[in-house]
Amino acid sequence: MATKTVTFEIKRQASPDAPDVWERFELDWRPGMNVVSAMMEIAANPVTADGKPTTPVTYDSNCLEEICGSCAMRINGRASMACSALVDNLDQPIRVEPLTKFPLVRDLQVDRSVLFENLMRVKAWVPVDGTYDLGSGPRVYPQQQEANYPLSNCISCTCCMEVCPQFNVTTGFVGAATIAQVKLFNNHPTGKVFKEDRLRALAGDGGVQECGYAQNCVKACPKQIPLTNAISDISRDVMVQKVKDWLKS
Amino acid sequence: MAAPKIIVVGGGLAGLAAVIKIAEAGGTVDLFSIVPVKRSHSVCAQGGINAAKNLKGEGDTTAQHFDDTIYGGDFLANQTPVKGMCEAAPGIVDLLDRMGVPFNRTPEGLLDFRRFGGTLYHRTAFAGATTGQQLLYALDEQVRRYEAEGKVHKFEGWEFLSAVIDSRGIARGIVALDLRSMQLRSFAADAIILATGGIGAIFGKSTNSVVCTGSAQSAVFQQGVYYANGEFIQVHPTCIPGEDKLRLMSESARGEGGRVWVPRAPGDKRAVKAIPESERFYFLEEWYPKYGNLVPRDVATRAIHKVVYELGLGLDGQPMVYLDLTHIDRETLHHKLGGILEIYEKFVGVDPCVEPMKIFPGMHYTMGGLWVDFNQMTNIPGIFAAGECEYQYHGANRLGANSLVSCIFGGFHAGPNAIEYAKSVAAVEGDGGAATEVARQAEINGKLLKNEGGENPFKLWRELGKAMTEHATVIRHNNSLKQTDEKIVELLERYQRINLSDKSQWANTSFAFTRQLKNMLELSRTVVLGAMLRDESRGAHFKPEFPERDDERFLKTTKASFTGSLEGPRFEFEDVDVQYIKPRPRRYDAAK
Repeated sequence: MATKTVTFEIKRQASPDAPDVWERFELDWRPGMNVVSAMMEIAANPVTADGKPTTPVTYDSNCLEEICGSCAMRINGRASMACSALVDNLDQPIRVEPLTKFPLVRDLQVDRSVLFENLMRVKAWVPVDGTYDLGSGPRVYPQQQEANYPLSNCISCTCCMEVCPQFNVTTGFVGAATIAQVKLFNNHPTGKVFKEDRLRALAGDGGVQECGYAQNCVKACPKQIPLTNAISDISRDVMVQKVKDWLKS
Repeated sequence: MAAPKIIVVGGGLAGLAAVIKIAEAGGTVDLFSIVPVKRSHSVCAQGGINAAKNLKGEGDTTAQHFDDTIYGGDFLANQTPVKGMCEAAPGIVDLLDRMGVPFNRTPEGLLDFRRFGGTLYHRTAFAGATTGQQLLYALDEQVRRYEAEGKVHKFEGWEFLSAVIDSRGIARGIVALDLRSMQLRSFAADAIILATGGIGAIFGKSTNSVVCTGSAQSAVFQQGVYYANGEFIQVHPTCIPGEDKLRLMSESARGEGGRVWVPRAPGDKRAVKAIPESERFYFLEEWYPKYGNLVPRDVATRAIHKVVYELGLGLDGQPMVYLDLTHIDRETLHHKLGGILEIYEKFVGVDPCVEPMKIFPGMHYTMGGLWVDFNQMTNIPGIFAAGECEYQYHGANRLGANSLVSCIFGGFHAGPNAIEYAKSVAAVEGDGGAATEVARQAEINGKLLKNEGGENPFKLWRELGKAMTEHATVIRHNNSLKQTDEKIVELLERYQRINLSDKSQWANTSFAFTRQLKNMLELSRTVVLGAMLRDESRGAHFKPEFPERDDERFLKTTKASFTGSLEGPRFEFEDVDVQYIKPRPRRYDAAK
């Protein structure tokens, strides 16, 4: 019996300035195979389907269990995590490309540091007094914990930003992930001390007003974070904050 | 005097914990990490963090936590640091709570606790089944706050290659590689802290993340740092076997009532639900009535091996057993274990609330590591280590939910100690040896790029992983350990003939991997030869030829030092600090 094979087409680009090329690979099928294990197989035998020697594919990955957020890429046109993209669930040839909204580094690797910069801008942290022992934290009822926990599951994969029509250089939109983190920290009994700063950071250009309600983000999120809820809650809070600031001025 | 400048390598829990303490004390930090720190391997920890807060009216104490940890580690851990960790744990959990970690709560709004392996108390605080992720994020957020204040400078996408050590043997900085431009550069510091995690990659497939190669530990080992207790490797009893890795199925599944079983009849073909209770073999509950499914990991792993390989009771003849949660209601499972159930369903395609999971043991944790003193400093002045990359807290076997606390405690300890050290160290002369070290690294890189030959680094790595997993994990025999060391020597020799398919100098990941591979090979010898020398069974180290613990000969820390010769590392043994708890036999079939 002939071994079952899997066909991949991978978009390659040696550097940000180099031209892009598509390479085709035929790999032996294995049970439970995912897109990352295909990349590993190519690294061990870097030869295209035409028998042409090539280089191992450059891509980001780390945990391989969809919790570190590294391996986001476009797989058959969808922004997905390569580790949880099982070959058996994908139409072939499986076409793999880098995310398109971020500066390309090489092959499937892009630079997503903009998200971390945005998190800094909105002060996405709880300002504790210090790390010395000050006793227990504030009481949090299970209902509050259940509301906050899903927001805290964001893996910074940036899939929500990739699929957002408003996330581009023209708008400078911060994207859904950052807005959800603002909601998370504004909900926290101590974190909310910066609530007004965070809302003001989201009030101007590139802020929450840029959202066009396409709702692509919530569909693309691999962690099912209620992103559109967060956006509408924060939109409202930003509006209220603007009115308050206007009345005070 | 200017504020001390400390380099921290690694941005998981231990590294970030150290960074926070240094920044808080007024020091400045250069933080190096291969991946953006928020993507570090600590995110993979699932089940929780231990702290004897005694919020369930059970009379739990830090002394009890201390005893469970020492006993669980089969008395190999030095007791002073472990005692310190257990006493600090409740304060650490409170701090994490204040930082906003969304821990699960009781109806009254207090922290909820669950049971974990190797204890009879509810001692584990948890945030669903993604506790490591939540803890890492909390520390990442605090570090970002210090970054905004200019106290921390991150070098993400840089790989540590070696320490800069001056002519007096004092560490003065590091040499690192920019993984995009492939540029080599030295960075000066008054002290460096390695927090570079475990060594899973030397076993090929493990529960560890891709970056957990042990390359940094191995690099400083080759520069003269002792590597301690290398032979102690934890194999986690419940993993999901996969093509690319072994995915962890948290011990918290058993903490919340999960049961491990196989059909009593070998090769039973019936559907799971058709097998009546009486024909199911709950072997952990039968063999260990007191602890049941919550025996420590080494005990559970050996039991599964016995059931599969000696009794021939693996599911459908395959090396797998059931981990069953189906008797627990879906609501509770979702609330307490959501994250891990999602992993199983995504990667296996079966709903674990409906059908029992199929699991098998897999390499999980590195108990051994860089030798450090009680101040977290290695034998090279100025090189500190914290977290999984050092050896101090878990002895011969780590208890579940003790790793997160040991990482944070170790980092909290290393940071201030590094500052203290930095204040008193003699001033550096000249560049402290930086230019020489950069030149040495450049020569290694140049040679690798020019190499001719027919070897592929990824294939060599697979061979290493296969040999290590087969012969240096659950069951160890001296003759196969010897063969494994010979295999590693062969791989080291073939390494000289690696021909990189990618010789470019831009974001060349296979080049970086090949550099790591050399370090993996050198370090794997400390595991294999350390295991060969230890003719006893203790914790995770099990030799059928020597099935008993032998305190007289081996209640000792193994210390390996690099020689560079073909014979491999030199070994010596150091006494263990047992001043608080007298060693006693370790058994889990009855209360201890």
